[in-house]
Amino acid sequence: MTVCGATTGLEPPLALLAELTHRCPLRCAYCSNPLALDPASRELDTAAWCRVLDEAADLGIIQVHFSGGEPTARKDLEALIAHATTAGLYANLITSAVLLDRARLERLRDAGLQHVQIGFQDTVPAKAELISGFPGGQPKKLEVARAVTDVGMALTVNAIVQRHNIDRVDDFIDMALELKAGRIEIANVQYYGWALKNRAALMPTREQLIRMDERVRARLPELKGRLVVDYVVPDYYAKRPKACMGGWGRKFLNVTPSGSVLPCHAAETIPGMAFDRVTERPLADIWANSAAFQRYRGTDWMPQPCRSCDQKEIDWGGCRCQALALTGSADNTDPVCDLSEHHALLGDIAATDGGTAEAPITYRSFSL
Amino acid sequence: MTDGVSEEDRVRLAPGVMLRQDRVRGHWQLLGPERVLILDEVALEVVRAVTTKPPATVGTAIAALAAQFDAPREEIAADVLELLGDMITKGFLTR
Repeated sequence: MTVCGATTGLEPPLALLAELTHRCPLRCAYCSNPLALDPASRELDTAAWCRVLDEAADLGIIQVHFSGGEPTARKDLEALIAHATTAGLYANLITSAVLLDRARLERLRDAGLQHVQIGFQDTVPAKAELISGFPGGQPKKLEVARAVTDVGMALTVNAIVQRHNIDRVDDFIDMALELKAGRIEIANVQYYGWALKNRAALMPTREQLIRMDERVRARLPELKGRLVVDYVVPDYYAKRPKACMGGWGRKFLNVTPSGSVLPCHAAETIPGMAFDRVTERPLADIWANSAAFQRYRGTDWMPQPCRSCDQKEIDWGGCRCQALALTGSADNTDPVCDLSEHHALLGDIAATDGGTAEAPITYRSFSL
Repeated sequence: MTDGVSEEDRVRLAPGVMLRQDRVRGHWQLLGPERVLILDEVALEVVRAVTTKPPATVGTAIAALAAQFDAPREEIAADVLELLGDMITKGFLTR
């Protein structure tokens, strides 16, 4: 077994995305979970997750993001947060908030939870319900968001932006300020999983994006020192790809509800990938040696134009799942890059899907 | 809100922020929501000086740092104010 460190030049990972469950009361059209969801019967149990958390801390991971699905659907969330905290991990909770109340927030805080990120589908309740397929969500989210800061934890408003709410980006920022959030994520939908299925219903027009971008940039000066803004520009209108996950197998790892270890949460969409499981192999060994992590790690795998590009250790070739979804092969340069021979596809898709007047929404469905 | 930190201000760690030594890498860091700030030796001492309990004013912290490093107060004051302003902007500290 290769050990992380000076001998290999491989740095230890920084963050673990712990997808505790795929169960979720919401049915969001933009969900990034895979179309084939893990049933509850295949979820790792408490003891298995505790071992993963210990191994993660030993490996050098400093932050754990408890996510899903809806992680609060797990009754052992308090125990897992307490275990993570004892292991020295910083605990974040990524939640829809609809299953939470003040009493449980206090228990999660007492277990060591530092930060709660709540996803908001819109600022207008009826419009939020159109995207989430969940009636009554918005008032509940607002109530829980207030309780988060009230009991002394940090709050992030995650504004998930798509065609139906993109014109209200100012309202999202005002909502974050009103809720006393320390941070807002303005996250344009990334088109994987269910979101890819619903791309025609969600993709904004170029004009909408330009207006949003102007509004966000106009607000940034007044927000300095009050609200941290993490702003994800939508890929389909970009010229250079993102260093997806900070580069494949460089900073992050993701453990699925059933225990598969992925370099990114959409990696299961790539054909021919074999993923190791935390129940079968130690996390440090998987990080260093798993075929899935080796496959696109570093620059050796790169085709042209990446291979001879001076940006190759900045964007690491972009996103593998996007290359797959749009060009048919995950081995290609991310077509978001305007040096990619497939780049023109992006403009075509954005024009076609962004211009689709009323495409129907396929809600995430969870059949066990 | 005015830009910049003054010596009369008191600052504290923002909600959800903790000061911790990385047990694998060895360095000290501020951990916050979805982010990390690695502290060098000087930044660590500045954070410690302003997050005393009860919290000192920034001016008091600067005086303490001047004594600790045996450096002229005016030389370090500007650097400390700039560093704290940057940490507030990044959401690690709050007034």
